[in-house]
Amino acid sequence: MDDADALFKALADPTRRALLDALSERDGQTLFELCARMATAHGLTSSRQAISQHLDVLETAGLVTRRREGRYTFHDLDTAPLAPLRERWHHPDERTPR
Amino acid sequence: MRITLTSVLVDDQAKALDFYTQVLGFEKKHDVPMGDSAWITVVSPQARDGVELVLEPDQHPAARPFKEALVADGIPFTAFTVDDVEAEHTRLAAAGVVFTQPPTRMGPVTTAVFDDTCGNLIQIQSPVSE
Repeated sequence: MDDADALFKALADPTRRALLDALSERDGQTLFELCARMATAHGLTSSRQAISQHLDVLETAGLVTRRREGRYTFHDLDTAPLAPLRERWHHPDERTPR
Repeated sequence: MRITLTSVLVDDQAKALDFYTQVLGFEKKHDVPMGDSAWITVVSPQARDGVELVLEPDQHPAARPFKEALVADGIPFTAFTVDDVEAEHTRLAAAGVVFTQPPTRMGPVTTAVFDDTCGNLIQIQSPVSE
């Protein structure tokens, strides 16, 4: 699976997109906080284990990084993998030199 | 049958008594020597006849792995109600308390999560005032 496959796979799930929405509000969230946000703000009732597995997929795609700080683990959003998508396809008009 | 006691597993009872009284603001209610440890409870000054929190030693071999696993995932096993989570966050953070989650709206409540320095994460919560 190349990088683009991992990225599109990661984005092709509503719970994973909701996790990215939650992380776009604030970096440094614990698994507990993300689960609470999924249940309250997004109306999703996935188990903690399911949320953790979704985070694994997002981490593989480079969209989420896990940061260990002492005994805690925090999750941060990384939007860098999205940038190549914006550059990959342009409408033909945009390519025509003026 | 009534619920009058609840417990928190602490790694050091003396340190816990300091934190729960000096920092959080609870009051010691019982301190009964029990061999190697003591039976220590604290209460809220807002409810001295209310539920007592037992500062229970976490000496059982299963206790610490259990606590560490909860902390690693950011899970508060114990929660307290406060009038205003934002104000408590400001007060406790100024006192050096480490928060793993700042005040955040979670449906009908605002919650925050802090480290009790005794191996536990604690949630404080207050109803959202519209």
